[in-house]
Amino acid sequence: MAHLTVDESCCVGAGRCVSVAPELFDQNEDGLVVAIRAVVPAGELPAAHEAADLCPARAITVTD
Amino acid sequence: MSDQSTVPVITEPPDVPEFPTARSCPFAEPAGYPALRTRGPLAQVTLYNGRRAWIVTGYDEGRRVLADHGSFSSVRADPRFPATAPRFEAARAVRNFIGMDPPEHTTQRRMLTASFTVRRINAFRPRIQQIVDELLDGVRSRGTSADLVPGFALPVPSTVICDLLGVPYDDHAFFESQARRIVHGDSSQEDSADAFTRIRIYLEELIQAKRANRGEGLLDELITLYVDQGELDTLTLAEISLLLLVAGHETTANAIALGILTLLERPDVLARVDTDLSVVANIVDELLRHLSIADGAARFATRDVEVAGQAIREGDGIIVAIAAMNRDAAIFGEPDTFDPHRSARRHVAFGYGIHQCLGQNLARAELEIALTTLFRRIPDLRLAVDLGDVQLRHPAGLHGVVSLPVSWGTRSAS
Repeated sequence: MAHLTVDESCCVGAGRCVSVAPELFDQNEDGLVVAIRAVVPAGELPAAHEAADLCPARAITVTD
Repeated sequence: MSDQSTVPVITEPPDVPEFPTARSCPFAEPAGYPALRTRGPLAQVTLYNGRRAWIVTGYDEGRRVLADHGSFSSVRADPRFPATAPRFEAARAVRNFIGMDPPEHTTQRRMLTASFTVRRINAFRPRIQQIVDELLDGVRSRGTSADLVPGFALPVPSTVICDLLGVPYDDHAFFESQARRIVHGDSSQEDSADAFTRIRIYLEELIQAKRANRGEGLLDELITLYVDQGELDTLTLAEISLLLLVAGHETTANAIALGILTLLERPDVLARVDTDLSVVANIVDELLRHLSIADGAARFATRDVEVAGQAIREGDGIIVAIAAMNRDAAIFGEPDTFDPHRSARRHVAFGYGIHQCLGQNLARAELEIALTTLFRRIPDLRLAVDLGDVQLRHPAGLHGVVSLPVSWGTRSAS
């Protein structure tokens, strides 16, 4: 089971995660990353990895 | 740069090539990149002022440099920051987050992130659509031919960013002309500095007026949130909004014009533009990758560090070749081909690291709406000159076309 962690402290609000994985990520009222779920559903795993790869601030970690 | 009298008659190819180099056509990468790539992911170049700098052409290495703001600084005011054109010497005096490192960068950028979220920009799409529709009404009412740079590609982002910031569009001729003096590759340091000053004074006066009489726009929101609270002074807000205004103009304008040109040359892709939004979004990302409007992100090393097995010394300048990274064959197969079917989302056209474009969601929305609406409203649009006669902008500035003459409707008998 893959787990999702985000580090709001280094987020720059580019929004790539929300664009490529809207089921997993949102932006809070300050525009910073929020993980909608801590456990990644199997079908969302590719999207989770893509979001982690695209995040310019490397604020997203997916642990299998 | 060189003193002609000292140049030997028989010259060998210079060991350290110049940066930047021109593109041979609107769809080509800068001419110097293939040769640089043969030297490995990291090489050396000579800048306009004779200074040497490292240049990164490899995708992975480039992302590593851009992500490592602890080793590679963006502080433009620092003399170690490598200016790639005279206009960047002028930019040293302008203090806003594009030319800062954390923690100053973080503080300024976080004042703005809430205004550029995916949700906020999506909510703004109907207004962008309205602006695009009104501009195309104007284009069509004026006949069956137009130059789409001043007629469409520039006024779309110009109107949009004015609307978003709360800057009166009536003043657009003023700041469009000043923005041009700031970003064009052949602007002198003096010219660019003068344009910076003029826009900054204009924005300071606008902010003062808004402090007395609040309107609706991002500037007004920032005044309420930060200036009234004493967290930002007028000058700093003027320098931040200067960045938003200038960055919101020419980059998107050039992408729209070159996007139109690309699609005119590819009728097979054009047929798919009006299908559904995910197809359009993919085409836009591939356009961004293939065109790489803003190339050459500059940094300097703040400590001794290794890149691609090469020792970089503290103080060395380093140029991240965005356009080369976007054509790294290890990441994007057949990189010189414009392929709307590929997933191009890993492109770095908006940069990478903490300085990645804050306005990228806005730029994507503008490109998607401008391109789909243009070709829906004028499906028989065609280039009115030969492709080879389309003039490119100076290579030391943003990639773009000087003009885009098009026509539509019945071809004239002549």
